[in-house]
This record gives sequence, structure tokens and C-alpha cells, in this order.
Amino acid sequence: MAEALLALAGVNTHIGQYHILQGVDFEVPRAGLTMLLGRNGAGKTTTLRTVMGLWQASAGAIRYDGAEITRRTTPERARLGIAYVPENMGIFAGLTVRENLLLAARSGPPDDRRLEWIFRLFPAMQRFWHAHAGNLSGGQKQMLAIARAIVEPRRLLLVDEPTKGLAPSIIANMIDAFRELKRTETTLLVVEQNFHFARSVGDTVAVMDCGRIVHAGRMADLAADDALQQQLLGLSLQAHQ
Amino acid sequence: MSHGSALPAQRFDWLPLALIPAIALAALPFIPSLPTWVTLTVAGLAMGMMIFMMAAGLTLVFGLMDIMNFAHGVFISVGAYAATSVLLAMKASMQADSLAANLAAIVPAVLAAMALAGFLGWFFERVVIRPVYGDHLKQILVTMGGLIVVEQLIHVVWGPDIIPLPRPATITGSFIVGGAAIERYRVLAVLVGLAVFAAMWLILNRTRLGLLIRAGVENREMVESLGYRIRTLFVGVFIAGSALAGLGGVMWALYQESVNAQIGMQMMVVLFIVLIIGGLGSVGGCFVGALLVGLMANYTGYLAPKLALGSNILLMVLVLLWRPRGLFPVGRG
Repeated sequence: MAEALLALAGVNTHIGQYHILQGVDFEVPRAGLTMLLGRNGAGKTTTLRTVMGLWQASAGAIRYDGAEITRRTTPERARLGIAYVPENMGIFAGLTVRENLLLAARSGPPDDRRLEWIFRLFPAMQRFWHAHAGNLSGGQKQMLAIARAIVEPRRLLLVDEPTKGLAPSIIANMIDAFRELKRTETTLLVVEQNFHFARSVGDTVAVMDCGRIVHAGRMADLAADDALQQQLLGLSLQAHQ
Repeated sequence: MSHGSALPAQRFDWLPLALIPAIALAALPFIPSLPTWVTLTVAGLAMGMMIFMMAAGLTLVFGLMDIMNFAHGVFISVGAYAATSVLLAMKASMQADSLAANLAAIVPAVLAAMALAGFLGWFFERVVIRPVYGDHLKQILVTMGGLIVVEQLIHVVWGPDIIPLPRPATITGSFIVGGAAIERYRVLAVLVGLAVFAAMWLILNRTRLGLLIRAGVENREMVESLGYRIRTLFVGVFIAGSALAGLGGVMWALYQESVNAQIGMQMMVVLFIVLIIGGLGSVGGCFVGALLVGLMANYTGYLAPKLALGSNILLMVLVLLWRPRGLFPVGRG
């Protein structure tokens, strides 16, 4: 079996006096989509932010593509091919859609083929090319945030709750977009509360509770086991189905 | 490749800009003659431009890194003193009634002021600011301390007395337009201010560096997540902002025709009022806010001198009641 693209071993993260991640161990296999599920406050967002280097791990090790990146800075991690879409999307509201994408393309203006592919995934990006990002709807902002993360090929894409607050029709578009993303070389690690979305696109799954991984396996196995879902996800599952 | 734009581009918010003519026209009925009003208006715009030069760096530093730099005034003071040393050493060129001779003194003086203020900015960021990132209380204490230390160093190097600084011959005096006396130096200050604003606008809106700065002001964490080292960007902006404050210091010293060690500290209250009126982190807001403050100070200075500073505080209160995050609030992601 090929080595995982991302591996966390005993990762602890403190935010101020709070001990959020309490020994997280899990692996993200290459070229698939791993869902990170769990109740509110379980530590999912903290895990993504720790992988991105926005919060430093206080103990443990993060390995990416065979090399330890635990002490690397956020820009260094980004330059290694890790892209991040935060829960609040992090778009630059005062910049246009074009400027948002231009900024994300570090090696120069994005080539036309890449842009055309992005426009096929998210047609709104072409329509609103010169519009200020702050004027977009919630769904369009989410599309922009993801488009920005993939404007150049990235090896690992971290996405925090891509369907949060979106209408069902937009979620359906997102499912299509993530299926298309899975056809590329990019490996995805996605935090999600919406189990329908998770089941539709996830290959593997890790479930968190109280700052630890309490379950890891194939998404299909979890989707087929109602009792396990109830045990692991409880109320959050009922709320989002 | 062409890209359609179905959503209309965001309209520019003209309303705050309309405040500038509004405040000028509102003052008109209270001023006894039109020529006096013209003189006061030009003086207000000139003062506003100089305040803008001093404040522009401070607003970017706050916007980019959330740094409360109460020591920004030292860059103004040091710039003013550095230029004074050069100008006094080139007294003959300053007094010559030739633009070329005057420029031969002014250009090196401005360059020395910007270089020394920029260098001090670099040193300050490294030694004073860097250890207190993310802690506003410590930033206030440490930068206030830095301000006092540099002020005392100015006493040591240049002495405690006020140093007279006569303006170069070609920009001394005034000319009459329609009965209104317009000081040459004030026109120069307006032109320099406009040039600085235009340069900043072009850099911020037409270059990749400007794109990065604007993005960083909105959401520095996201800029880092895109692979850019915001600290490097911040140090560059800090040095440029300090150099610009140095330029503002030279302009202000020549405007007052003297320098003293408190020249920068005295401006800090006004600079913070401008920043708050304009919207923290907004260069455009800083520009409009500075002009409003300059005009207000000159009108009230003429009509009710004791209310000059109070009127700017009142202006700030009124702006905040209208727009609680300033005239051009910067969206924070």
C-alpha cells in the first residue's frame, strides 16, 4: 500500500489555555477524498488549521509526502502544495473574482485551459469575473474560495464545511464539483457536518470526538451502518440529514 | 480570453468624497469674504495633504498587522530633523533665488529624511514591534516607550531648542488669485500630496504587490495560506510607511518653518482621528479623512480658534455616528 500523503501522529494543539487536539492520529491516502466528521467542538477545524500551520501543534508530528512539516510555516506548507479553504471561505471581499484568482496563482497568471476547467466547474466565476467578491452570494463565494484553492494544481486540498449554509440546489452543484475534483491528482481532506454530502463524495472517513480520532475507515462502511453513524455522530447526523 | 461580467461591478462609494465640498460649502456663509474662504480652503487642503502623508503608513500598518504603533510620530520627527540638518548645511542653496539651487538642497534633504525615517522604521519593527505582535496593550506601552526614548535621543543629537527652518526662496511668499492670497508652499504641499496619493493608488490597484497588500489588509491569514510571507510584506510596508512619515515631517517642518522634538508626537492625536474617520486600514479613507480634518482645522481655527482640535473630535464623532467603521471600512475576512 502506498504511503499516505498526509499523516498525523499524536498531534496536540493548544489554543490559549484550551487543550483542543489531544493526540490526533490519522492518515489521508493519496488521490482520494477523506471526510473528517464529528460533532461541533470535536476539533475538526483545529485539525485542518494545524495541518495548514495556522495553529502550531504543541506535540506530535505531521508528515506530508514523506517529510515532517510540523514546524514549517504556513506559507512554506502552501508552497509544498497544500491549499486551504476555511470555514468562513476567506475570500477577499474588496477584490474582484479575477483578482482573487490572480493572487492565488503564485507562478503567474493562470493559463486559459485551467481557467476554462474552473469555469466548467463553477460557471458563476466566469459570469462574475470582474465583480467584487463581496457582492457574490454565499454559494458563489464558496465556489470562489474553492476555485482559488485549485487555480493552480495542488496536491492536498483542505476544505472546511463547504456546504455550510448553502441551498440544496447549490449543494448538488458542490457534489458534482467535488466528484470532478476527485478525478484529478488532488487529494482532498474535507470537514463536513452534512452527512448526505459526506456520503456522496467521501472515499474514506475519520470521525473525531473530544480532540481525538474515534473512528477511521471506508466511507461506504459507515454509510451502510446506521447504528455506527448514530453512535459516532449522534445529534449532528439527525440535524443534517 | 474574454470573460463576461453579468454582475455589475461594485459601485464606488462617492458619498464620503462629497463630504469634502460639503464641509467647504458649509463654512462659506460663516466666513466674511470669499477671498478669505479661498485662502482657508487652500490652507486646509494643504494641511490635509501633509497629514495624509504622515498617516498613510500608519493606516496600512494597522490594517495589515493589527499593530497599534503610537511611536509613528518619531518617524515624522526624525524625518524633519534629518532634513533640517541637510537644509541648514546648504543654506546658500536654500537662500538662492533659483529653483535649481533650491532643489539641489531640497532633494537631498527629502531623500535623507525618508532614508533615516525608513531605516528607523526597519529598526523599530525588528526591535520594538516584533516581540509584541498580537498584544495591543503591550504594543501601546512599548511603542509609547519607544516614542519617549527617540524624543530624548533627538534632544541629545539636535538639542532641546526649537530650530528655525526658513523655506527656500522660490517657495516662499504668496500670489493673489481673485483677491485671495495663496501661499506658494501650500500649493506645493497639495501637489506633493496628490502625487503621493496617485503613486500609492497606482501601486495598490495596478500592481501585484498592491494586490497582496490589499488582500493582506482584509485577511492576512488567508494571504499566508496562499503561500505568501506576510511578515516580509509587512516589514516592507512598515519601512515605506515610515519613510512617507519622514516626508510628511519635512513638509510639516517647512510649513511651520521650525522643528522641535515634539513635532511628531503633537501630530499623533490628529493622525489617529484621521485613521478612525477614514476606516482603519483604508488608504482612500485616510486621504479623505485627512482632507476633512485639514479643512475643519483651518475653518474653526479662523472662526473659533479654541475649538480647533475639539472640532475634529466632533467631526470624528459625527462620522462614526453615520458610519461606525469609518468612511471606507475595510472588509475583514
